[in-house]
Amino acid sequence: MNIAVLQFPGSNCDQDAFHLFASGLGLPTRYVWHKDTRLGDADLVVVPGGFSYGDYLRCGAIARFSPVMGAVREHAERGGLVLGICNGFQILCEAGLLPGALIRNSSLEYRCMTCDLAVEEAGPAFNTRLLGKRVRMPIGHGEGNFRIDDAGLERLESNHQVILRYIDNPNGSLASIAGIRNEEGNVFGMMPHPDRAFERFHPSRDGLAVARAVLSLRFPEILKESA
Amino acid sequence: MKRADLPPNPDPVLNQPITPALIKKHGLLPDEYEQIRLHLGGDPTLTELGIFSVMWSEHCSYKNTRPLLKGFPTEKRGATESFGRVLVKAGEENAGIIDVGDGWAIAFKIESHNHPSAIEPFEGAATGVGGIIRDIFTMGARPVLLTNSLRFGELDSPVTKRLLRGVVAGIAHYGNCVGVPTVAGDVYFDRSYEGNPLVNALCLGTLRHDQIRLGKATGLGNPVYYVGAATGRDGLGGAAFASKELSAESSSDRPAVQKGDPFMEKLLIEACLEMMAVPGLVVGIQDMGAAGLTCSTCETASRGGAGIEIELDQVPQREVGMNSYEIMLSESQERMLVIVQKGREREIEEVFAKWDLHAAHVGTVTDTGRMVVRQHGVVVADIPASALTDNAPVYQREARRPAYLDETSRWTPTGSGLPDIDLAVATAVLPKLLCLPTIASKRWIYRQYDHMVQHGTVVLPGSDAGVVRLRLGSSEKFIAIKNDCNGRYCYLNPRRGALIAMVECLRNLVCSGATPLAMTDNLNFGNPYKPENFYQLKECVAGLAEACRFFDVPVVGGNVSLYNESPEGAIDPTPTVSVVGFIEKEAHVTRQFARSPGSRIVLLGGAPHELGGSQFLGAIHGKKTGDAPEVDLEAEKRLQDFLLAQIRSGRIRAAHDLSEGGLLVALSEMLFGPGQIGAHVDLRAFGALRLDALLFGESQGRVLVEVEPDHLSPLLADAGAAGVVADAIGSFLATETLSVGTGLGTLEWTTAVLRAGWETSIESAMRRPGIG
Repeated sequence: MNIAVLQFPGSNCDQDAFHLFASGLGLPTRYVWHKDTRLGDADLVVVPGGFSYGDYLRCGAIARFSPVMGAVREHAERGGLVLGICNGFQILCEAGLLPGALIRNSSLEYRCMTCDLAVEEAGPAFNTRLLGKRVRMPIGHGEGNFRIDDAGLERLESNHQVILRYIDNPNGSLASIAGIRNEEGNVFGMMPHPDRAFERFHPSRDGLAVARAVLSLRFPEILKESA
Repeated sequence: MKRADLPPNPDPVLNQPITPALIKKHGLLPDEYEQIRLHLGGDPTLTELGIFSVMWSEHCSYKNTRPLLKGFPTEKRGATESFGRVLVKAGEENAGIIDVGDGWAIAFKIESHNHPSAIEPFEGAATGVGGIIRDIFTMGARPVLLTNSLRFGELDSPVTKRLLRGVVAGIAHYGNCVGVPTVAGDVYFDRSYEGNPLVNALCLGTLRHDQIRLGKATGLGNPVYYVGAATGRDGLGGAAFASKELSAESSSDRPAVQKGDPFMEKLLIEACLEMMAVPGLVVGIQDMGAAGLTCSTCETASRGGAGIEIELDQVPQREVGMNSYEIMLSESQERMLVIVQKGREREIEEVFAKWDLHAAHVGTVTDTGRMVVRQHGVVVADIPASALTDNAPVYQREARRPAYLDETSRWTPTGSGLPDIDLAVATAVLPKLLCLPTIASKRWIYRQYDHMVQHGTVVLPGSDAGVVRLRLGSSEKFIAIKNDCNGRYCYLNPRRGALIAMVECLRNLVCSGATPLAMTDNLNFGNPYKPENFYQLKECVAGLAEACRFFDVPVVGGNVSLYNESPEGAIDPTPTVSVVGFIEKEAHVTRQFARSPGSRIVLLGGAPHELGGSQFLGAIHGKKTGDAPEVDLEAEKRLQDFLLAQIRSGRIRAAHDLSEGGLLVALSEMLFGPGQIGAHVDLRAFGALRLDALLFGESQGRVLVEVEPDHLSPLLADAGAAGVVADAIGSFLATETLSVGTGLGTLEWTTAVLRAGWETSIESAMRRPGIG
């Protein structure tokens, strides 16, 4: 099970994501520079948080054109796992790998805080056995207000593509959506940070279980290992 | 007299004669101009005049404060071969560096951006953060945390609201984007800062000893590179602008405020650290902060005992037709000057190409000791580098004790006939104090800062000090950081106020389980040419120096910001201190929040008994008077040593220092943690004291601790043996009330009500209709 963490100019949670998988889960993890066009033997591609390209124009709007994104798209089309966290979620939406868009928080302010989240039944693609009904993870974003048209929302809900919802909506997201998956169940995006919820002193260690849930369909053995 | 050694410049603007009016406009005194002529052997060119004006400004030269700063201890007496040594001292470089063991070190420094923030709060604060981050990574350190220290006028004014909103958004914009967590801060609101807010930003970075890089130009013939963003006309003469008072016309100085690009800074951090990791490639490096290209070239040359020649046509420019004066004085952000080992030009160029950044070969190191600048083939400046740095003027200003001190220092509550409070008033005062913006929760502010990126934040903002886990190679270490300064105390007693700033900061660190290691200071004062202001400055520096020596906490760097005045007068003297402490084990990390109902409450240090300078006097009686609270350094040391030992022995579940608002505010704050908890304390044993001073006075050297019942007697016994006053005053309870027994009867509040006011006070003041 190999993990690749992308690095765009302006990524700043790349090391957090790296340590979630490398130190937290003990998995072989490496960085992939945005100018690379190959992902190697990666099983899971993590698109980390930050301000890729300064979030100029629109969050994620420039990063989607980075050379590496072609390889990410091919990887996803072959059924490979992809997880976008925060800015990574925004990039995946801009790249069309996930539906919807993330706009400015309704408060018009950046929000860094810890949120309680309801874990949704999202089918075998996101096995929630280790998660339970609720998790707690930090958020840190100015543009996490999830938006999608009515038909899109209907599709998300009927396909059980919503994986996490805020208990107390911090940003105005439609239907309190905090994280989703694609229809096929191999591409995930979430605004909360599992990469800030895995150390002893973090507000929770739920990030480990969230990361396991993402890997669970392809690598069922990950659910057996103890945290 | 024209200089014989320089040709006339074909550009008539640059060739204009230097008139007394022009000299005055550059903030130079006639006598200083004469010194310039002596250094040059004749009249300067316009470019040279500009260069001298910024380098001899207070901001760059410390000309009015350098003699005072010599009183600070710069080394740690208790340092060992493997811990606590000051590796780079204050004033030597862009930031001081201190050894934290195992071959690792930390670099940290605080710096002000007060004037730019007054004029343009968002950009002013943002570029303040950018500037201090560059001071850290230029030393070779990776920035791992930020803190800030802010002062504003009272929050009921629309101007303050605009400034607060802008400053916080600016800090958030920059810090969040570069990915360095803002883990702690302090914010005070007081009329004296109206129109002249203080924005002090601190950055701390980590590095191995062998990664330390200095701002020195050495090695004849070594190439000089300019890396980072292109130069524009923004921030022209910002250092000179920072060295004068704000006036009604200051908004016309807006071009002197720089514009920041945190994305560019993030790239610059990564590219520079990557470049510095190449063995032997970088000879010297310095950021272009205040006075930009000017300061970085003459300082590196002067430190290296060398000369430097630069060719401005090679400088990346984002505007057409900039002349040498503009290029040399521009304070465009996100630029660095790098001196590279000759013959290895391609290596630096490759690193910067990877990050899509400029790396322009703009000059060469010489052995002339002179800074020579050319543009379009003409020499526009030729100055001995030391004339701009080591040989800048130094003044001993006149100090005069301000007259108001005669009145305030003699004031006592009894002498002035101030009636004590009764139960009804006391009941009303506590919620009121908790809602004062200076005391209330700063959540509205810190939730806009990314305080968790880099996943090392252990104690989040809102407790006594920020605590961060440092990942140093394969090992990890824990540090605590805290800023402090109550300007009101410094106004009422400058020397003691500064002492308090230090001892309270140290006490906060100890409450968090940390041993204080080193400090950086930001001296924010008024115009030093006014003898009363200079008195405050001199006394405050003496107070800080005394505390630093007493507690063996060396000063590893700092910043001076003078001329903090608005038309209404000078700010309260504000010598902000920021101290870094070391926590031996993660288990010693202690927070201010009470954890278990049934545990006991112990007050260390005795009952508070003073009212001078308190928030209570200000908010309830409208007075800023009295003497600052007393400080007993020996008692303070006994208290801090005792508390740290108790924390390490595992007896302390929570600890919180008494500060603004006194005993009941501190006790309330202990209840405002993650859980629901109440408390009852009985203060009848302190009966003879004034109730207002007991409940709300701000006597120093007091700490409230939470102790499990089993640990109470040994703790009290140890306190007795250590010579620390300790009183078991009550218990934490599973109720939702705070009750206090006094000689007049029992006071009671509902904690949820107290908490709601405290938590939402600033938020409510800042709410914008229709948004949320």
